[in-house]
Formats: sequence, C-alpha cells, structure tokens
Amino acid sequence: MENRQNILDLYFLDARSRLIDIAAFMDRVDRAEVEADFRYDQFLEALKELGGTEPNRAEKVLLAFSDPTHDPIPKATTKAACGAWSGSIN
Amino acid sequence: MVSRTTDDYKSMVMAGCQAVCEPAFWAGFDRSSAQGFYDYFCQLTKHEPRRASLFGLPHYTWLCINPKESEDVKLAEEVLSIIPEFMQSSNVLGVGEIGLNKNSKNEVLVLEKHIDLAANNDQLILVHTPHLEDKRKGTRLILDILKADSRIKPERCIIDHVEEHTVKMVLDDGFWAGMTLYPETKCTSNRAIDILEVFGHERIWMNSACDWGVSVPLAVPMAMQEMRRRGKSAKYIDKIVYQNPIDFMAQSPRFLDPIDL
Repeated sequence: MENRQNILDLYFLDARSRLIDIAAFMDRVDRAEVEADFRYDQFLEALKELGGTEPNRAEKVLLAFSDPTHDPIPKATTKAACGAWSGSIN
Repeated sequence: MVSRTTDDYKSMVMAGCQAVCEPAFWAGFDRSSAQGFYDYFCQLTKHEPRRASLFGLPHYTWLCINPKESEDVKLAEEVLSIIPEFMQSSNVLGVGEIGLNKNSKNEVLVLEKHIDLAANNDQLILVHTPHLEDKRKGTRLILDILKADSRIKPERCIIDHVEEHTVKMVLDDGFWAGMTLYPETKCTSNRAIDILEVFGHERIWMNSACDWGVSVPLAVPMAMQEMRRRGKSAKYIDKIVYQNPIDFMAQSPRFLDPIDL
C-alpha cells in the first residue's frame, strides 16, 4: 500500500490544476449559447461519480460515457468515436 | 513505426528499448485495394525491419486488415487471402491488430475470419479494442467471440488498449491485457500504474503507441520513470515492461529474447 502523503506530494498540484481546468471548461460551456448536446449531458452525469466513496471512480466515469448495449450495430457509418454514447435505451 | 522518423528510432534506442513490435494498422485513410495492403505488408515484413536494424532494434510485426477497414467485407476477404504468403516472414509474430472498431456486424464477421486464419496457422493474436464509448461493449463482444472458438487459447491472445472498465473482464477470462499509453485517449502512465496496483502484474503489459496521430514513442520509458517516483522496485518495473512482453511474445518461435541476440 502506498503512503497517502507521498501520493498527495506527487499528484496534488497536478490534480488541482486539472480540476480547475474542468471548472473553467464548464464555465466556458455556460458562456456559450445554450444548445443541448448529449456529450455534455453525459459529462455532467460522469461528474457525479467523483462524489462517490467507492475506490473505482475512474471505472464508473468510463462507464458513464459507454455504450451500454450488447448487440453489434447493423453497419458502421463512421470510423471515429466521439467519447460519449449518442444512443438511448427505450 | 512506418509513420515515424529515424529520430524516434534513435530516441527509443537511447531510452533502452530492446525491440519494436508493430501491428498492422489503419493508415489514417482507407487503402483503395488489396494491392495497397500487399505493399503495406511488404513494408512491415521487409523494409521496416531493415530500417529498424540500422538502429540496432529487432523489428516484429503482426498482420491483418484493421477493424477500421472491416466494414467492406469483400475487400477484407481479398486482404485475408494474401496474408498467408507473408506469415512465413521471419518477423511475423501473429495476426493483429484485429478486433472491432464500431462494433458492427461486418466487423464481427471479419474478426471471425481473422480468428479462423490465426487458428488454422497456429498464430498468436493481438486484439485492438474499440475507442472511447465503444470500448466496453466491443471488448465484451470480442472476448465472447474468442471464447466461442475452441481452438483459441486465451493465453496466446493479448487484448490491447484495456482501461479501468475493461481490464477485469479480460484478465478474468484468461487473456493477456495490454495498456496502450496515449496522451489523451486510452491510458495515461499514471492510470496504467494504478491499474497494475489494483489488478496485479500477471498477464499484463504496457506499450507506447507510435502511429501517425499524436502519440509518444517513449511513453513506456516515461511510465518507468513514474513507477520509480512511486517507489516501485527495479525488479517490479522490469517485469512489467520487459519480462511480461517477452513471456507473451516468446510463445512465437520467431521471437528471440533480446538477451540472446
């Protein structure tokens, strides 16, 4: 088990910087014209995972952006992934 | 490495890299014919090994049509038909990187054809898992397809690009797991080290991406430095970045332990 003091010494400033970047990103989005976007909706959902206490927050954030379905899609119409799932479960 | 400069080779040698392992990859654009793949396979089996040798690096490769080009089944079948000719090359370790990209039905069909090719020729398998939102579903599909073929031995397959939400299912099913280090997508060094701390250091390795996009050929040496900062022992680091890759790749008789060269 690693020493918590050592982990904080190594990574606190980096994590603090990234957290402020996220806050600034959200402010930037809010300043822009309001337009619904599934990517940002999922981003806000994923943020909630940071408030959890289980030791698998990274996994939960990844799952928040993931396609939850199981079957292959009929056809690939693009090669790229955008980072959030655009579908919905009816 | 076909997209990289000689400066990258030089940097890798100076950082202590002992060998290069290069899978067949999407070029960033679709090749227009099977002939384009023929030329690419010549590059991977003849020209790039020669270029790497100029820097003292053994070069190994894997052959396939990448999942990003698997939607066109007819083209994929043509490419699959020319691969056996290249499998006799001395630097070919197996079939890869096969897998899925958008998890489509045609991609699944072409993946199954690649698995059949590997099984029929007793080849190792290197699997690409999809990006970002498609990864979890694609990884599950790939594992189920591999497990459905009784000829496939999980310990002879590496499932690459695992992250926190896919690594457990890969290891639990007996496969090797690869963590590809990228600046933004896939794993960062720190997350890869976290994964090792949580899931252990057996049947897992990390690799640097060296493609045509933003990628860092020295990502693994940089991760080694990060492991040192976290107090990991030299023996532990050596197992992750050196012994584990050798253990997996040495299952191919073509792979030569760098210490024996």
